[in-house]
Amino acid sequence: MHNKTVAELSKGLAAGSFSSVELTQHFLTRIAQQDPALNSFITVCNDEALADAKAADAKIASGSASPWTGIPFAHKDIFCTQGVKTSCGSKMLDNFIPPYDSTVTRNFKQQGAVCLGKTNMDEFAMGSSNESSYYGRVVNPWGENLVPGGSSGGSAAAVAARLTPAATATDTGGSIRQPAALCGVTGLKPTYGRVSRYGMIAFASSLDQGGPIARTAEDAAMMLNVMASYDDKDSTCIERDVPDYTSTLNNSIEGLNIGLPKEFFSDHLNANMQQQVENAVKELEKLGANIKEITLPHTELSVPAYYVIAPAECSANLSRFDGVRYGHRCADPKDLEDLYCRSRTEGFGDEVKRRIMVGAYALSAGYYDAYYRKAQQVRRLIKNDFTAAFNDVDLIVGPTSPTPAFGFNSKGDDPVKMYLEDIFTISTNLAGLPGMSIPGGMIDNLPVGLQLIGNYFDEARLLNVSHQFQQATDWHTKTPKGFE
Amino acid sequence: MSIKREDAENIARLAKLQISDEQLEKITGDLSNILSLVDQLKAANTQDIEPMAHPMDAVQRLRPDHITETDNREAFQKIAPATEEGLYLVPKVIE
Repeated sequence: MHNKTVAELSKGLAAGSFSSVELTQHFLTRIAQQDPALNSFITVCNDEALADAKAADAKIASGSASPWTGIPFAHKDIFCTQGVKTSCGSKMLDNFIPPYDSTVTRNFKQQGAVCLGKTNMDEFAMGSSNESSYYGRVVNPWGENLVPGGSSGGSAAAVAARLTPAATATDTGGSIRQPAALCGVTGLKPTYGRVSRYGMIAFASSLDQGGPIARTAEDAAMMLNVMASYDDKDSTCIERDVPDYTSTLNNSIEGLNIGLPKEFFSDHLNANMQQQVENAVKELEKLGANIKEITLPHTELSVPAYYVIAPAECSANLSRFDGVRYGHRCADPKDLEDLYCRSRTEGFGDEVKRRIMVGAYALSAGYYDAYYRKAQQVRRLIKNDFTAAFNDVDLIVGPTSPTPAFGFNSKGDDPVKMYLEDIFTISTNLAGLPGMSIPGGMIDNLPVGLQLIGNYFDEARLLNVSHQFQQATDWHTKTPKGFE
Repeated sequence: MSIKREDAENIARLAKLQISDEQLEKITGDLSNILSLVDQLKAANTQDIEPMAHPMDAVQRLRPDHITETDNREAFQKIAPATEEGLYLVPKVIE
C-alpha cells in the first residue's frame, strides 16, 4: 500500500479496496519500524490518526467523501496543529501546544485527511541540511551518512522512504525544493501569496511560502488543491481563484518555450550534474518543448541579498519569543532582562542565534541603508531579470542544487559554505515566483533534482510539465534500498 | 567587512542573547564571514532602483472594523509559563 500514490490510494478508498483505518495503520506501523533509523518525525499522532481514519471511513461510507478523505499524510512541524505539539524544530517551542490550527491544517481537516504526525526540520526552518534541529538530524533514506537537505528534510525523507504518501513543507530560500531534490521526490513552492501563512510559524515573512512534497506531480497537484486558498487571516495572501490543478496535468507541452539560464550552468555546477540536467532537458525537448539559452544576470547577488533580507525579517519575527506568553522560560529569572535573555539563549540553537544577530546588525542604526535598503533594491533587480526572461520563455529550467546529497558535517564550520547550497533556489523566493523540483536523474545511485521556475501563479503549468516529464521518465519511481 | 568582538557583544545585547566569552570569538568570525558575503551587494548598481518589499508590490489590505474573534484568554494562557487571575507573570519590574 505504501508504494501507491495519493491518486491511487484515493481511488482504492472510494472503491472500498481497503479502509482508511487499514491504510493509516499500515503507515503508522511502517513509521514505528523504519523511522528510528531516519528520525524524520518529531511527533507521531497514533491515536488521533486512527480516530480521524475511523471518521473518514464513516464519511466514505455515507458517500460524502472528497478525494482527500481518509488519505494519510504528514505536516511539517512548522504548521500549527491545535492540540498537537508544534515545535518548529526548536527547544524554544518544545512545550508548545497550539490553541489553534493553521489555515493549511484546517484545509486538510475539512477534507477529512488523516495527519500521521509532524515532520522534523531545521530549527525555525533555518538550514539546508536538517542538521540544526533540536530533535537531532534527519538521515537521507538514500544513504545513512547523507543529509536529506533542509529545511523540510523530515518531510522529504519521510515521503522518499514511503513512511507517508505526501507531506506539507515550507520554502523560504529553497526549503521545499532542495530537500525534494536530495531525497528524490517532487516538491513545489507556490507563488508568494498563493498558500496562506496563517499559523505557519514565521521565519522571513516576505519570502516564506507553504507547499507540497509528494512522489508525483499529480499528487503535488492534489495537495495544492487543498493547500491553496484565499485567507482573510493572512494579509499577504492574494485574492485569486484556485484552479483544479489536476485538470491540466495531461495537456500537451508541444511548442512550450523553455529557457535555460546560463548562470545556472556556471562554475557552481559540477560536470556530472550538468550532464544529468542536460539529459533531462532533452526529454522535455522530445515532448515538444523548444529550448533556448537565457540570462539571469543578477543570480550571483541572490545569496548576499537573501542573507540580509531573511535574517533581518527573522530577527524581527523571532523577537516574539520572550519567555512570557508561551514557549521556553528559563528557571528562576532574577529580573525581566534576565528572563528575556536567558530564555532566548537557552531556547535558540546556534544557527538561529547567528541569523538573529546578522539581522539585528543589518537593521541597527546607521546600517539600514547600506544593508537592508540595498538588499531590497537588488531584490528588484533580480525580479526584473525574471520579468525580462518571461517575455521570451514560458518556463525556466535548471538544476535545483549544485550537488546531490552531501555528507553530515561536510560543510565544516563556516556557515557561508552552507548558504551557497541554495544558489539556484533563492532567487525564486526573492522574486516571489513559483518553483518546483522533480527527480531528473541519478549520480552514483543518488537522486538529482530538476528545477522548474514559472511565472507568477503558473503552478498549473509547472505541474503539467512535471507530470508530462514523469509520464515519459521513471526517475520519480526510484525507491531507496530498504524502503521498497 | 569584519566586525570586532565589541560589535558582536553589542549586537547580542540588542538581540537579547547572551554569548559566553568562549563563544564570542567564533561568533565574531561567523558574523564577519557572513557580512563579507553580504558585501558583494556593493558591486550592484542600484541607482534609481526602488526597494522591493513585496513580490507583487501589494499593499496591506484593510478589513471592516467588525468583531470577528471571541475571547480565548483561557486557552491562550493555558500554555503560558506563569499566569495569575488572567495576567501573565514576570519578575518584579517596579520596586
